[in-house]
Amino acid sequence: MTDTALTPRTGRWGLARHSLVLAGRGMTKTRRNPGLLADAVFVPVVFLLLFVYLFGGAVAGSPRAYLQYVFPGVLVMAMLMTGLLATGVSLNADIKKGIFDRFRSLPIGRSAPLLGSVTADLVRYLVTLVTLFGLGYLLGFRIQTDPLAAAAAVALTVLFSFALSWLSVLAGVLIKEPVIVQTVSFMAIFPLAFGTDMVAPADTMPGWLQAWINVNPVSHVVEAARGLLIGGPVAGAATATVLWSIALLLVFAPLAGYAYRWRT
Amino acid sequence: MTYAIQAEGLVKRYGTTTALGGLDLTARPGTVLGVLGPNGAGKTTAIRVLTTLLRPDQGRAFVAGLDVVRNAASVRRLIGLTGQYASLDEDLTGAENLTLIGRLLGLRAAAAKARARDLLDRFALAEAADRRVSTYSGGMRRRLDLAASLVGNPSVVFLDEPTTGLDPGRREDVWRMIRTITADGGTVLLTTQYLEEADALADQITVIDHGRAIANGSPAELKQLTGGQTIVVRPADPGRLDEVRAILGRVAGRRPEPATGGTLTVPVTGDAALTEVVRQLAAARIRVAELSLRLPSLDEVFVGLTGHGTTPEPASELAGAPA
Repeated sequence: MTDTALTPRTGRWGLARHSLVLAGRGMTKTRRNPGLLADAVFVPVVFLLLFVYLFGGAVAGSPRAYLQYVFPGVLVMAMLMTGLLATGVSLNADIKKGIFDRFRSLPIGRSAPLLGSVTADLVRYLVTLVTLFGLGYLLGFRIQTDPLAAAAAVALTVLFSFALSWLSVLAGVLIKEPVIVQTVSFMAIFPLAFGTDMVAPADTMPGWLQAWINVNPVSHVVEAARGLLIGGPVAGAATATVLWSIALLLVFAPLAGYAYRWRT
Repeated sequence: MTYAIQAEGLVKRYGTTTALGGLDLTARPGTVLGVLGPNGAGKTTAIRVLTTLLRPDQGRAFVAGLDVVRNAASVRRLIGLTGQYASLDEDLTGAENLTLIGRLLGLRAAAAKARARDLLDRFALAEAADRRVSTYSGGMRRRLDLAASLVGNPSVVFLDEPTTGLDPGRREDVWRMIRTITADGGTVLLTTQYLEEADALADQITVIDHGRAIANGSPAELKQLTGGQTIVVRPADPGRLDEVRAILGRVAGRRPEPATGGTLTVPVTGDAALTEVVRQLAAARIRVAELSLRLPSLDEVFVGLTGHGTTPEPASELAGAPA
């Protein structure tokens, strides 16, 4: 090959390095526009207050008792929203402007801009987590297991949300209008996040909904998070969460990469 | 010899639309190739194929002898691209934009920063280096965009309509910057809708229409083909129009067009005509309010080459052209 005379700094390390450089760009943008993080703060605050004070008395007798039950569910839901809403939309905006053309004319891995965007959005997960645990603590939520288990709950939730966020990356690449990307991502959230026993035990629901809850992978995540935060069986749900996350990553990350190459 | 840029029979179709219909292009190393054509002629598609962003349906293209499809990764190490839409990050500063590209090109942080400062100096952006691009004017963005395509010291630079939308003053700034690229030995392909721009910058011009090259030559050859230039004179004293008409008639060897608004125009060939007109006006002590040498518009070029104007847009300025 004629390549030898040039300086090929590519390969796997090149991809990781380029992705990190691009993630740094994404984080600088977020720092400059803190408003972009508004929904990462807004979502956990609104839903936690809504569920606890609106439904708490009816479902569990008191808001305080209900908080223990609903908190893990809100954690999962808020993380899913953060993952699904953020990445696809910012990516879509980048592709529409010319900047991805420039990236693609550079000798960097084709997927580096995608990986960079997704990595930069990890900051959003952090903001959501801090907000949620902070407000939860103020309202009276207490971790009933140990810090290690709580960390595992967070890790599983982030893992699953990250895996699922590739679905929104795919939407962000395929759909032309940013607003529609947001709508599609939002519509995906409802059956996934609310079609679980996050707000109330499944045996209070109609049969068809129970059937969906049984096949909805998010149910496993909620169960695992609940077990790890307030106690209960964990092993089966945690294993299922990890397997589902891997499966989602294996399907949607390559699809998103493929669509990105095709679209641009 | 090896061309810096070579395209052979490039074809690209989108559904039933043919963006490129067998395009041939060549540019020698160290020269500027101007690709001249109206909107929709395939200029941007050609650039996207040559910069590896788009695979052609048929035909082959080489940059520095490397196949843009089979050796795309190697081609990307040699090229710089400034697209038609500013490929900049509005939320970052000018310096950050250039540093980002340097880092992606494999420079270490300090080297990337130094390179960014160099380029910002060279493109007269040093004072705006630490301002966000969203605060830049159109001309500053274009200059930063140009600088961004030069971070990696590319040997071949592609500029897609680098001055579209700029006012004439700003346009000349950008021209000056573009000229410095070939001074360093680089090759430039630039697309434009203005013969004036191609004439100011290019060593060789390829005129394209409907995705094919319809003419190719040096600016001088092309001006020959398209009927050369037009001298425009408006005497300060309208009472002396007849004397001016006589001078223009003598120099051009043909009668000037009828005067409109006290202005006389006459087509000329060759560079000496304007000097001669100036000399004779001075000798006759005629003061002028306006005196210029104008190149044919893109429409006039197309009329000269094909007998019809630019077909996709029968714009209003075509009114005076033969149907």
